[in-house]
Amino acid sequence: MIQAENLVRNYGSFTAVNSVSFTVAEGEIVGFLGPNGAGKSTTLKMLAGYLAPTSGKVRIGGQDMETEPRLCKTLTGYLPENNPLYEDMETADYLLWCGKMRGLEGAPLENAVAAAVADCGLQSAIGKSIGQLSKGYRQRTGIAAAMLHNPKILLLDEPTSGLDPNQAAEVRRLILSLRGKKTILFSTHLLNEANAVADRLLIISKGVIAANATAAALIAEEDGLARLTLSLEKGPKAEEAKTLFSAIEGVSECIVHDGAELHVTLRHDAARDIRKDVFSAAVKSGWTVLELSRETPSLEEVFRRLTA
Amino acid sequence: MTALWTLYKRETGQYFGTPAAYVAAIVFLLISGYFFATPLFIVNQASIQSYIDTAPLLMTFFIPALTMRLFAEEFKTGTAEVLLSMPLRDWQIITAKLLAALTVAGAAIALTLIYPLTVGMFGTLDWRAAVCAYAGLMLTALMLCSAGLFASVISRSQIIGFIVGFLLVFGFYVVGKISSFVPPWFASFTDFMGLDLHLDNLARGVIDSRDLMYFLSVSGFFIFLTQAALWNERLD
Repeated sequence: MIQAENLVRNYGSFTAVNSVSFTVAEGEIVGFLGPNGAGKSTTLKMLAGYLAPTSGKVRIGGQDMETEPRLCKTLTGYLPENNPLYEDMETADYLLWCGKMRGLEGAPLENAVAAAVADCGLQSAIGKSIGQLSKGYRQRTGIAAAMLHNPKILLLDEPTSGLDPNQAAEVRRLILSLRGKKTILFSTHLLNEANAVADRLLIISKGVIAANATAAALIAEEDGLARLTLSLEKGPKAEEAKTLFSAIEGVSECIVHDGAELHVTLRHDAARDIRKDVFSAAVKSGWTVLELSRETPSLEEVFRRLTA
Repeated sequence: MTALWTLYKRETGQYFGTPAAYVAAIVFLLISGYFFATPLFIVNQASIQSYIDTAPLLMTFFIPALTMRLFAEEFKTGTAEVLLSMPLRDWQIITAKLLAALTVAGAAIALTLIYPLTVGMFGTLDWRAAVCAYAGLMLTALMLCSAGLFASVISRSQIIGFIVGFLLVFGFYVVGKISSFVPPWFASFTDFMGLDLHLDNLARGVIDSRDLMYFLSVSGFFIFLTQAALWNERLD
């Protein structure tokens, strides 16, 4: 449904998006992740037809954005970053206006507005001007406007940004309720949100796609190295601990934090169980082990490694 | 077409829904009324000539005040992103905005029809010349609105949009006044580029295709520049 082919986008001499290619299949919900300034919004702007790519192609529903922009835009509903709205308009008027701009008229238009108001829980915003709405209602208005013409594709740029946890949960529920009915690409900073809602994650870093897989697959990939953390009673020096544990076979990295206790994090070959070696090495040195645990890497770590 | 009409109605509605357009129109009407009434009552001269003479100068202030927000505001608030991702062609967006500004300018000009009607009641009016003069004012409004629209699309704030728009249209006004200060071989060029010559011809009731071409081609030029600037906005 959505195809990005070698998209490049320069702002002057700065390359914001560099040869980005991916596809989103019909009915799929894909989370678009990346640090600030990684190129998420620029990519979405190109997919929405607002920005022209410096090079590369955007295809929406098989149509080329360059030659068939109107057809592509008809298939797409777009919520821009920061959700710009006409503040002077009344909520219902704005939705009616968006519908008319997209060619809806008469009963279909009224039905579409009524459905969008119901789906997005906008009933109490009707009769108020957009400038008076709270952040949550503004966001819902933006999403309702994007969904109004029943597009097959939704491009949502940070749909939950600036919302309180309850409002964010509502937006997530709304996105989930569209699973299978619409093809959705949404950007977010929140890894848990992406993991909870998306079928697949697309991670972009410095304008380049760093990962394109399900969250489980990303974590499994990271699993080549397992982690072991232990706490030692205060006594040994950080340097001594580092020397001792680094020498154990299979350990590839040893990080020591000196505090009220000595916290040691070991990254090691996942194929080897080094718990016994670590424990006995500590005991032999006369150190007291307070805690010893294995940890699986979190999505957050995967994200940090990919976007560092 | 529905989309163009929908956008036109929103743009026009915005003018009539906010005080700025009324203030600009009232100032335009007050000053133009002063210039119309002064010779009428002081010199007892029943003519709209002094109004037609001063109208272009007034419009160089009035029209950029109308057009300044058309695109600048959309880019400033980010709503340009909503508008430009709608399934419209750029020319439809430009046409809707241009026609909205022209509607308000036209409404203000239409209110001054009271001047020729007054003259017609108290003296003799050359109706052909008056009709041509008003057609000339509308063509001037079209030309200045096009230039103002271009100023708005390259500006990120209304104030800048106004200043750039004013400088552009004032340029066209003033270049027609400098023929006595430039070498003779250059004077015919400055006269042709200025507004005065063309509007004066029309105000005398002379319909010359060169005058019509002047208004239409300068308008077309700025509409083309607006379209190019809008396209550049997608590339930039």
